[in-house]
Order: sequence, then structure tokens, then C-alpha cells
Amino acid sequence: MIPLSWYLILSAALFSIGLYGVLARKNAIAILMGVELMLNAVNINLVAFWRYLDLKTVAGQAFALMVFAVAAAEVAVGLALIISVYRRRKTVAADELDLMKW
Amino acid sequence: MNIPAFESSMYLALVPEITLLVTALLVLLFDALWDEEKRRNLGWLTFGGVVLAMVLAFFIGQPGATPELVWGGMLRHDWLAFTFALIFLFGAAITALLGMDVSELGRRGEFYILLLVSTIGMMLMAASADVVMLFLAIETTSIPLYILAGFFRKDDKSTEAGFKYLLFGAMASSVMLYGFSLVYGFTGTTNLLAAAQGMAAQPLALSLGVLALLLVGFGFKISAFPLHFWAPDVYEGAPTPVAGFLSTASKAAGFAVLMRVFMTLFPVDSHYWTTLIAWISMFSMTVGNLLAINQKNIKRLLAFSSIAHAGYALVGFVAIDQLGINSVVFYLGAYLLTNLAAFGVAGIFWQVAGTDEIAAYAGLSRRKPWLALAMLAAFLSLAGMPPFAGFVAKVVVFLAAMQAGWTFLVIVGVLNSIIGLYYYLKVLNVVYHYRNEETENLPLPISAPQGIALVVLAIGILVVGFLFGPFFNLTSVAAAALF
Repeated sequence: MIPLSWYLILSAALFSIGLYGVLARKNAIAILMGVELMLNAVNINLVAFWRYLDLKTVAGQAFALMVFAVAAAEVAVGLALIISVYRRRKTVAADELDLMKW
Repeated sequence: MNIPAFESSMYLALVPEITLLVTALLVLLFDALWDEEKRRNLGWLTFGGVVLAMVLAFFIGQPGATPELVWGGMLRHDWLAFTFALIFLFGAAITALLGMDVSELGRRGEFYILLLVSTIGMMLMAASADVVMLFLAIETTSIPLYILAGFFRKDDKSTEAGFKYLLFGAMASSVMLYGFSLVYGFTGTTNLLAAAQGMAAQPLALSLGVLALLLVGFGFKISAFPLHFWAPDVYEGAPTPVAGFLSTASKAAGFAVLMRVFMTLFPVDSHYWTTLIAWISMFSMTVGNLLAINQKNIKRLLAFSSIAHAGYALVGFVAIDQLGINSVVFYLGAYLLTNLAAFGVAGIFWQVAGTDEIAAYAGLSRRKPWLALAMLAAFLSLAGMPPFAGFVAKVVVFLAAMQAGWTFLVIVGVLNSIIGLYYYLKVLNVVYHYRNEETENLPLPISAPQGIALVVLAIGILVVGFLFGPFFNLTSVAAAALF
């Protein structure tokens, strides 16, 4: 059986890639994709921990399902907000949206 | 742990949430039935529902003397959650009143529904005793707020505010969620209290790592340094009543979660994280206040001031004893009254003058003396001047830190209050001393709901400032629930 640590390394790597994407990318869609990678890393963590450590309850699985549902809601709202910005400004690049700064 | 699966008395713990949900459904129904003219009454409907929720919570939803876990251990029905619920409900009621006559906002059912749903989320946040519930509650609060921040679809600044709030918020909550998944993994349980025993057995580096991940999410919610940078942009762009709600109720919800999770989950490592929180507090106060000095836009100024106020509230939290938690809850209550009033005045002024520039406030004391007086009360209370609520709140926060031995932190706090006083008085100077012959004689109408909201807030600021006893007792009972 594959050891638990492999899953955790995979999830940590995925999380880091996602976080890098969020911090380094300028395009809002790419930033949202980075967030999705981070959320998937969380899901891998949850399901792996559940499978290896906590088979008697379903807390880990239930948590992962909640994360799916919330991620879907967040992306739906996120894309709607991105579209509303695009309609006004014709761009979704985070660094070009600088109407407000000190 | 022995948690009863279901008893019908558990509904009592959810009375305010259920009332708000029913109100939201009614708003949805009447939004479809009423025409444009009548839809303003949705604001009164929302206000009525929220006030009813407060009354019901007060008379039948009060928690018992001992905290109890309800709904399979998902929620904790205790005085801390109850006190915070009252704070959030009050904020939502005032926000509904202030938003009613804002064009493109007050006649839209969505505004009220999102406001109510986000308030439900905040109450659940303050009561959560399980990481799954906590995550769900935080997102229930945040997602409606993202939409509310970007509510003016035809306004460049508002759409940009919603966009930035969403991107930063989604990032912060994902990092926090990764922390939650590690809590579950290290302890094998999602219940906060049971997880605390598991976390105590972990090596220090691991628990501090998890703590740092969680702090990203909570720090974002309370807009503390170094996760404060979204606040000025979002407050400036968001519709003013929404900005007021964000800076008060949403911040208070973040503090509720921060206090409950850190005190429950990491009590053994408190020596390390209180030092961390003390540094965050110092930087929040200093950065917020220094950047506020040169602001030309009133909402941006209030945003930087709200970052500083997150720092002041953290001063009390650093004490992590009963007086410390008590002072934070009290501070957040007083800050809610004060800042809602400040944003309320800014919203009323914007609606007539169409600008948030501080320079445009010249001559306000002649144009509308009562509005200027409300602004005076709000700004002096923000600055922490007696006899207003902000003064008492600052005193208890500093007192708590002092008793716990954080003298240096208190000195930084007091110095910061002096910087704060400078820029608050600078605004009041424009309002009271500057003249503007052109606009001075123009009318500045205040509608009935806005008037009611401002009067309630102004009286609240004074009452909490003079008769803080009963409020202080409530918050001390609330703080006791954590120990």
C-alpha cells in the first residue's frame, strides 16, 4: 500500500503550486485556478487522512464533500464578479485594475 | 465525548438563525410580488425580521449557565456566541436601515437577502465548535459579502472592490482550509475540543505551522497586518452601508473565531502565539494609523482606521485571560456602534454630494448641524475621547494588557491613539471650521430610516460611554464561556 506520506507530499506540492499561481499570476482566471489547486490539495489531504487514520467515522469524507460544494459556490460567484469587471474595463488582469490606490 | 444526537430543545440555540432565514425567504417572496416603488419596504421587512430575531434570542434563545454542545457537536450554545449574535444582529439591522434609500441598492431584494445570509453565517461562525461547521460558516459569511462589495455593477470602483475582495478572500480561506485539514489529520477528529488534546501532543513546530495557516484566514477577516491590504480598496469601492457592515460585523465575526479557535485549540503554546499576536497588533496599529494620516477619501481613511482598530482589539486579546477576552468583546461592540455611525454619515453625504472626498465636507456643520454632530460623536469615539464608547473600550483593552504584563504593547497603543486623534480631528476641523459658500446653503435631506439609524447609533455611543456597567457585565459573562 502506498504510504500516507506520499499523499501528503503530493498535496503539499499541489498546495504550493496553487499558492504560487495565486501570488504570481496576473490574470484573474489563472488566480482562481490557483485557488482551485489549493482546494484540491486540501481534499487530497482530507481523504488520505480519513483513509489511513480515521476509518470509523466519515468526518473526513464529509468535510471533503463540503469543500467541493463551497468551492463550486465560490467559483460561481468569482466568475460572475470577473465578468462584471470585464464588462466595465475590458480586462481581467489584476494589475491593470488599479483605480483605487494610495 | 458524549453529545446527544438530537433533542427538540436544540432548536432554541438556532432561534435567531431560523428567524433570519424565514425573513430572507419572505424578502425573496415580496421581491417578486412588489413593484419597484414598494420594494423599498423590503428594508423595513428586513429590519423587522432582524429585530424580531434579537428579541426572540433574548427571551427564548438565551444559553444556560454551562455551555452545551448542540446539533451533534457542531455548535456550542454559550454566552460568547450569544453576545456576538446580538452584535451581528444589531449591525445587520442598522445596515438595512442605512441601505434603504441608497439608489441601486435599497430597492433590490438581493441586497437584503445577501445581508441576512451573511449575518446567519456570522452567528454560526461565533458558535462553531467543529472545524467543518466553522469552514462552512466562514464561507457562508464571505461569499455573500463578495457579492455585496461588487453590488454596483455599473460602477467601476464597486466592481473592482468585489473582484479584489473575492480574489484575496478565496486565497486566504484556502490557506486556512489547508490548516483545518491538517488539524483533522493530526488529531483524527473535527471537533475543536477533542482536537485540542490531539494538538497538545504534537511537536511545537507542527502546531505553530498549523496556527500560522489558520492565522492567514482569520487575519484576513479581521484585516490585521500583514493581511490588511485589501481593506482600503474594498471599503472605498463597496457601497457605503456594505463597507460599514464589512468593517464592523465581519471583523467582529473574525475576532470571535480567532479567540475561540486559538484559545481552544492551542492553549499549551499560548506563550509563543501571544508574542506573535502582539507584533501583529503593533504593526496593525502603526501601519493603519500612519497611512490614514494623508488620506483624502473618507472611506479610505476609515478603512485604515479600521486596520488600526483591529490592532487595538488585538491588544486585549494578547492578555488571553478572562479580562482580555472580555475587553475584546466590549471593544468590538463599541467599535460597531461607532464605525457604523461614521460610515452612515459618509453614506448619507455621498448620496447627496456624490463624493467621498474629505475636502467636500467643508461647511457641513452649517449645512446640516445634526449630521455634523453625529459625525463629531462618531469620530471622537473612534479617537477614544471621553465620554464616548470608544474611550471606555480603549481603557479596558489597555487595562487588560497592562495587567497581563504587556506594558510595551500598551505604550505603543497609547502613542498610536495620539496619532489617531490627529487625523480624526483633522476631518472634524474640515467639518466645523472650513467654510464653503457654494454648498453651505444647499439642502441635505436625510430620510427617515437613515435618521433613525443615526439617532440609535449616537445614543448608543453615549450610553455605552456613560453606563458601560450592564454591557460590561454581558461581555464578562461572554468571556467566561471560553474558560
